[in-house]
Amino acid sequence: MTTLTTPPPVPPSAATRPDGSPDTGTRVKTRDARAGWLFLAPFAFFYALFLIVPTLYMLITSFFNTSLVRPGLGSFAGFANYAEMFGRADFWSAMWHTLQFTLYTTPPLVVLAFVFAVLANRLKRGQWFYRLAFFLPFVLPSATIGLIWVFIFTPGTGLWPTVQGWLGMEPTAVLADPSWAMVGIAIATVWWTIGFNFVLYLAGLQDIPRELYEAAAVDGASPWQQIRSITLPLLSRTTTLVVLLQIIASLKIFDQVYLMTQGGPGISTQVALTQIAAIGFTDNRIGAASAFSVLLFIVIIAIALIRQLFERNQDRSA
Amino acid sequence: MLAGGLAGAGALGLTGGLSGCGSPLAAGVAGTPLNPESVTFWNLFGGGDGARLQTMLDVYREEQGSPESLTAATFAWGNPYYTKVVLATLGNKPPDVAVAHATRATILAEAGLLEPITDDLLGLAGLSSSSFTESVWEAGRVGDSYYTIPLDTHPYVLFYNAEVCQQAGLVGDDGKLVTIEGREAFEAALTEIKGVTGDVGMVCSNVGDTSGSWRLFQTLYWQMDGATDFLAEAGQQLTVNEELALATMDYIGGLAKSGLITPTIDYAGAGTKLFTGKAGFQTQGEWEITTAQGIEGLTFGMVPIPTVFDQPAAQADSHTFIIPRMERTDAQRELAMGFVKSLLDQSLTWAEGGHVPALKATLESPEYQALEPQADYASAAEIAKYDPPGWYSGSGSTFENIVGAQIGLVQQQLASPQQALDAIKEQLRTYLDTPSPVLGS
Repeated sequence: MTTLTTPPPVPPSAATRPDGSPDTGTRVKTRDARAGWLFLAPFAFFYALFLIVPTLYMLITSFFNTSLVRPGLGSFAGFANYAEMFGRADFWSAMWHTLQFTLYTTPPLVVLAFVFAVLANRLKRGQWFYRLAFFLPFVLPSATIGLIWVFIFTPGTGLWPTVQGWLGMEPTAVLADPSWAMVGIAIATVWWTIGFNFVLYLAGLQDIPRELYEAAAVDGASPWQQIRSITLPLLSRTTTLVVLLQIIASLKIFDQVYLMTQGGPGISTQVALTQIAAIGFTDNRIGAASAFSVLLFIVIIAIALIRQLFERNQDRSA
Repeated sequence: MLAGGLAGAGALGLTGGLSGCGSPLAAGVAGTPLNPESVTFWNLFGGGDGARLQTMLDVYREEQGSPESLTAATFAWGNPYYTKVVLATLGNKPPDVAVAHATRATILAEAGLLEPITDDLLGLAGLSSSSFTESVWEAGRVGDSYYTIPLDTHPYVLFYNAEVCQQAGLVGDDGKLVTIEGREAFEAALTEIKGVTGDVGMVCSNVGDTSGSWRLFQTLYWQMDGATDFLAEAGQQLTVNEELALATMDYIGGLAKSGLITPTIDYAGAGTKLFTGKAGFQTQGEWEITTAQGIEGLTFGMVPIPTVFDQPAAQADSHTFIIPRMERTDAQRELAMGFVKSLLDQSLTWAEGGHVPALKATLESPEYQALEPQADYASAAEIAKYDPPGWYSGSGSTFENIVGAQIGLVQQQLASPQQALDAIKEQLRTYLDTPSPVLGS
């Protein structure tokens, strides 16, 4: 990201001080810093209370057999909670399902949002309708999305099996089949959240000056060449943002799984956060849930770092 | 964003606090009860049960002469419900009275979250331990103390569509389902029904209904000679008879494969199939009686699930009242027990909703014995098989989810019995190896 390099404003009094002691500048700076901290305090307070402290608590409890229903940390467990996670089949499957969901949702949510935004942007009239149509599902709460898509995928009587019946296809029980359930959740998610990326892309598109396209058209560039050589490069910042937001959102998947399949059938859609919630709040094992959370934390940081390196590389070559 | 949202919430809280001392928010901040005269009651009754409960709650409100005398909340059942009860009790803001399954209440009791039900406490409602069926009362015992006030037993039973069964020649002269016993007779009956419906013989829901799959399994498994509890030693040991478990799953999978039962159907869809005559039998909890009664033009009956193997058995659990631990005054305790008494007094209304009453006086009353079809399956409560002991077991528990999900897959033809059993053992391993986290270490 860009950093602001404006020099700090020199207080006028510092230069005209009669004794000309070098300390004055520092003193004013401290006062400035104090004001800065004061402005920061409300945020810092809540940040510490709800992020830093719980994160530290999580790190600590991951080394103990902490129980939800017993006071104190419980007996010391060492690395037993971590060892348990690595030995648990459902830990690995939950991690994989989280990644699987991210892989299923991120590409369509970025590519489709871009395609739809480009198409909508070409419209001369009635663009508001498409903006509304794409964004509307995003306004709905996850519980509503869950209900709609559970209805669509209901085996036998749902909308999807009915349509399949009309087409003479064998109906698939999407959410009831371990090999399809995650696809079903991914489809529901794409439908739900595509509006957000769509709006970001549309805003980006409307920032591109028309003259560039006109000049390109005069030079004889085809619409496809225009998209490839003008639209895509000029939207690269938006794409970076959309991809980052999307990866983070997908790794945090919880609602749709919890509401649509409860991790089933079997554990075929159990993802990291639903599994953590189950260990922590159903099994009452805060220690084990913390160990899982720490491992997920490490994975997310690793993914963020890889992406950062990738982007830096891209910037350098650009 | 975070700070902004919280500051907003703080500002709201401030105005709320200033504008009215009696507001829920003020009570929350000060930690005082919302309304000292009001009983807070949490339950997990949806569907037909929920509708019936509402009428019973209304009776209590009428008795008290004020709609404010009761604040009742219904939550989605299973693990999420018990998580709410646990967290509310830990936060010292539990309901005055809550409903819990007997199999789950004992775990809450071990966690130290419940008040023991003493003779003195029962006395406040004019009851004693001998007021209840003994087995149900005993189900609420942990050590030397009891922690539940039983309301009912709810066995898994067989619903039948009388019209379909009539056509299949399965209804006797008395207008009731003929007794079906043994594998051949059962499969012959299903084949007959399948001929009538042109669809399936029996519906057993298994999509998004791990408990349903578990209940069917537990019922059939315990019908075999030599069946042992799935778990033992508070869930630390796997003691299931694997041979019989495989045989049970094989049987369920086989019925689905031959089209005698549905391979893939969800809870609501299963009911619809029976009610619309596309199936003759349905394995289901007796609580769905209210739903069935609400279907116009449907004639149906309920009996214990036929003894397919060696001996009768039916998966079951009990609904009970629990008193979560918190600081209470005698007046509050009295109020809570008064509410429990009012609901227990309406045991017959509750029994109309399908459940077998735990209160002996109601169970033995001529009014209950005359209830149809309740009387036809009440015997299922005597062959009740509760979920095995374990800190992760019980109705709607992780155990039911793990085991039920795999049985559901066998029925769907997506796993072989051996694959299912391996998956069950693999997923249960962590739980078997972990000592109960609710016990103090």
